Amino acid sequence: MTADKTMTADEAVGRLESGMTIGIGGWGSRRKPMALVRALLRSDLTDLTVVSYGGPDVGLLAAAGRIRKLVASFATLDSIPLEPHFRAARQRGELELMELDEAMFMWGLTAAAHRLPFLPVRAGLGSDVMRVNPTLRTVTSPYADGEELVAVPALTLDAALVHLNRADAHGNAQYLGPDPYFDDLFCEAAREAYVSCERIVDSEEFATAGGPQTLLVQRHCVTGVVEAPGGAHFTSCAPDYGRDEAFQAAYARAAADPAAWREFARRFLSGDEEDYRAAVAECVREAS
Amino acid sequence: MSAAVATRAEVCVVACAEAWRGAGEILASPMGGVVPTVGARLAKLTFAPELLLTDGEAMLAADVPALGARPRVIEGWLPYRRHLALAAGGKRHVMMGASQLDRHGNQNISCVGDWHRPARQLIGVRGAPANTVNHPTSYWIPRHSPRVLVERVDMVSGVGYDRAAAAGPSATRFHRIPRVVTDLAVLDFETPGHTMRVRSLHPGVTAEEVRAATGFPLDVPPDAPRTRTPTAAELRLIREVIDPAARREREVPA
Repeated sequence: MTADKTMTADEAVGRLESGMTIGIGGWGSRRKPMALVRALLRSDLTDLTVVSYGGPDVGLLAAAGRIRKLVASFATLDSIPLEPHFRAARQRGELELMELDEAMFMWGLTAAAHRLPFLPVRAGLGSDVMRVNPTLRTVTSPYADGEELVAVPALTLDAALVHLNRADAHGNAQYLGPDPYFDDLFCEAAREAYVSCERIVDSEEFATAGGPQTLLVQRHCVTGVVEAPGGAHFTSCAPDYGRDEAFQAAYARAAADPAAWREFARRFLSGDEEDYRAAVAECVREAS
Repeated sequence: MSAAVATRAEVCVVACAEAWRGAGEILASPMGGVVPTVGARLAKLTFAPELLLTDGEAMLAADVPALGARPRVIEGWLPYRRHLALAAGGKRHVMMGASQLDRHGNQNISCVGDWHRPARQLIGVRGAPANTVNHPTSYWIPRHSPRVLVERVDMVSGVGYDRAAAAGPSATRFHRIPRVVTDLAVLDFETPGHTMRVRSLHPGVTAEEVRAATGFPLDVPPDAPRTRTPTAAELRLIREVIDPAARREREVPA
C-alpha cells in the first residue's frame, strides 16, 4: 500500500522555508500552479530563489516582495506580452535576475534531474547572457572536434510546484492538454515536489482519460498532492479550461497602478482559495 | 486584381515569404508578428510546400488555415521540449522581432538601458541566444526607425556576426542571418565585414528615407533593386485565403 500524500495547499507551502530555491512549472500564462502560488502569498515565506518559465506566478511573487532572485528566460502573460509586475520590479532594480536562454534553462533542469554538475550547450555563446551571468563558464570538448560550449550549471531545486489535470493520492499525475511543458523535469530536479491538480482520482481512472504517455509525473518524485479545482486560474489548463482572458486583463490593468493593485489584492488575494473562487465568480457576475 | 496595387504590407508579406524559399523540409517559425506569419503560410501554399508550420501551440498543421482559424489536419506534435530540441538540431528558420537591432545583426528583446536596472524591461532573451547559434534567424521590423535600428543594442539576445566571430567556431558554425525585412526595405549582411546593407528597397521608398530611418551608417548600393511585388495569385492567397480580415494592414498601415 503506497502512502496517501494528499494535503492542502497551505500544508504543502507550510513544508517550505524562506530562502529556498523553488521551481514553478507551466509556461508563461499556461498551467501555472496558481493555487499553490496563492497559498505561498498567504504564508510568510520570503527571500526565495524562483526558477520559472515566467508568467503571473513570477508577477504575483515579485509584487509581494517574496523573490530574492529569479532564474528565468522571460516573464509573459502570452496574450499580454509583458508581465507588468515583473517589469516594474526590474525597473525598480529590486529583482536579482539570472537571465538564461530557454534551452539553457531546460538543460540546467535536466542536469539537476540527472545529478550532473552541468551540461554542455551551444546556446548562450556570443550573447550577453554570458556577460550578465559572470559565473557561467564554457567547457572544451575532450574529443577531436575541440568545440567550446557553454557549461550550463545544474538548476537544482529545493522544491517544485506544478499543476496538472489529474493526480492520484500517491503522487502520480496526468496531463491532458497538448503540452507537458517541463513539469516532470521540475519535479525530477527537485528534492521535494508538490503537485496540485484539478481532480484527485483513483489510479484506475487514469486509463479512461488518456494513454500511458499522459502520465507525466510519477509518485517517486512527489511529496504532496493537492486537489485544487481551478488551481491554474487565471492561466490556462487545457482541456479543463482556457485562460481567463478577461480576468488576466483586469490583473494587468490593476498591476499598472499601485492603488488599483491594493484594491485587487484586497479583493482577490486576502482570503483563502475558497474566497478567491467566490471573488472571481462575483467578478464574472458583475461583468455579465 | 493587378499586382501593381499591392499594399506595403503585402510587399512585406512576400519579402518575408522569400526568406523560406528553397529551405526544404524544415520548421518555419514566424514569431515576430502578423506579416511573417502570413508570409510563412504564403510560402507553404506556393513555392515552399514542404515547410513545416505549427498551429501557434504544440501542434504541426498539415494544412494552411486562415489567421485565427484552426487547422483541419494535425500532422505532428511539437511541445516546447521538442521545439527546443528541433532548434538545436538546426531544422528550423525563425523570423523573430527585435526591439533593437544593430548593423552586425545583434538583436535585443530583453531590456532597454542598463541590464542591472533597466529603463524599460521587455520580455527577456527567450530563445534568441539558442536560435541564432543553431539555425538561420531572420528578423521582421514593422517600423523601421533609428530607435530600433541602433548603433549598439543594450542586451545582446540574438547573436550578430561580430559577436559570433568573437565567441569562436562553435558560435559561428551554424550562425546565419539571411535577411531583415522592414516596412521600408529588405536588408542582409552579404558584405565583406558582414555588416548590414540594403538588399532591396520596397516600391516607393528612397535610399535617403531608409538612411534617415536607420541609427547607424547604412550601406545602400547605388544599384539596389526594388523588392518584388506580389503576383496576382499571391495577392489572392494573401487577401482571400490567409488573411481575409486584413490584419497585416494594421501591422503595416498603408
